[in-house]
Amino acid sequence: MIEVKNINKSFGEKQVLQDISATFLPGKVNVIIGASGSGKSVLMKCMVGLVEPDNGQILYDQQDFLSADYTSKKDIRKQIGMLFQGSALFDSLTAEENVAFPLKMFSNMSKQEQKERVDFCLHRVNLDHAHKLFPSEISGGMKKRVGIARAIALNPKYLFCDEPNSGLDPVTSRVIDNLIEEITDEFNITTIMNSHDMKTLFDIGDHVTFIYKGKLAFEGNIEDFRKDTSEEISEFLSASYFQR
Amino acid sequence: MLLFYHFGRYLLFLKKMFSKPETFSIYVSRTFTEMVEIGIRSLPIVAIIALFSGAVSTVQTAYQLVSGLVSKTIIGSIVSDTVILEFAPTITCLVLAGKVGSSIASEIGTMKVSEQIDALEVMGINSAGYLVLPKIIAGVIMVPLLIILAMFLGIYGGMMAGSMAEILPVEQFLEGARSTFKGFNVAFSLIKATTFGFIITSVSSFQGYYTEGGALEVGRSSTNAVVYSAIMILFTDYLIAQILL
Repeated sequence: MIEVKNINKSFGEKQVLQDISATFLPGKVNVIIGASGSGKSVLMKCMVGLVEPDNGQILYDQQDFLSADYTSKKDIRKQIGMLFQGSALFDSLTAEENVAFPLKMFSNMSKQEQKERVDFCLHRVNLDHAHKLFPSEISGGMKKRVGIARAIALNPKYLFCDEPNSGLDPVTSRVIDNLIEEITDEFNITTIMNSHDMKTLFDIGDHVTFIYKGKLAFEGNIEDFRKDTSEEISEFLSASYFQR
Repeated sequence: MLLFYHFGRYLLFLKKMFSKPETFSIYVSRTFTEMVEIGIRSLPIVAIIALFSGAVSTVQTAYQLVSGLVSKTIIGSIVSDTVILEFAPTITCLVLAGKVGSSIASEIGTMKVSEQIDALEVMGINSAGYLVLPKIIAGVIMVPLLIILAMFLGIYGGMMAGSMAEILPVEQFLEGARSTFKGFNVAFSLIKATTFGFIITSVSSFQGYYTEGGALEVGRSSTNAVVYSAIMILFTDYLIAQILL
């Protein structure tokens, strides 16, 4: 389980996150939603250590990530897989080399074991034919799938997905959504997904964290979110294509 | 004040790079890759510059030495000393700042804006150390080797230009070159080359690593890398000359 407590973050004069406290449930798809600029990406970056919050706590199974020493932080990070908005695949490496990268860096696997793990991960995301292709040679959807394969290579406990559907057509978006949901269930991963796609939320989300103008506006399950009548949520739902 | 801010940031970047390194074996393979990239791939441009700068200095020295009272061997002496002391290390490194520096800055800058550096950080890898340290080690090793080659080719170019333009025969050129040759000059030149190798790779990596934005900013970082590396090279060139000569 991941808990964030009283997180504040400012960039200069602008306060992006204001006293955010939330819990992300283990083995579930936890979706952080909010309008563009609401602070959801910053919250996710704080959680994975890319941005340092001004204050607050981020607890991975009760262990504070922010105050942890370098070695403990590194150990926590080894349990994290992340799918980036733009996939963030290494340009100079092929798909299979990208997936093998964390294995080479952090595992004690033999070359044969690494190869088997890479084959498994790429097979799991239905990319059996893309081993030798470079990121520049594959489509956006395929890049996301390679990104997922790389994220799960080390059997992570936590999977972070930053806007996994951005820039994808509706059909490919659903493929990626379904893949994330299947992987979450299959490997019992705690998935934290950042999105403003309401279809994604209602299709695969188990737990919602709604950020509105840098503040936590709602936290709970999908049904309660759907029934919530607060102005912020109603506005967001009514504006979404899914509700039209 | 801005100068101090950037210099302080540069020092912090170097500190970050050297702290918490990954396992040694990872650096070895990456360093060899960078040595090929920085050293081997720069051979053609270094060879061309060295040959022509040597040739031009022979022609121009001969042009200025119009007095019949001065022996022509002095041309070999002047050209070889100029090549060893200044042309080979400084001119070559200024060109390398353009070729290698812009390449490093745009490579790291692109990785930065496309979140590849974030991906390394999330994995728990010291991205500055992983990406930059092998480049600096490769630069510090390969640039002096390139400069040694540039010295030979510069003198050879000067010698051949003198011979082909019938300014002075090869024997006279070599006699002049030998007469004033000092081992210290080569050592001095290699100290400069090592320093310049560090400057080119570290300044360019710094520019790339702190790129924010998109393609436009990557281009800007690349340009800044060349400009700042060149300025630092010239400043350090003067400083080393003041200290050591």
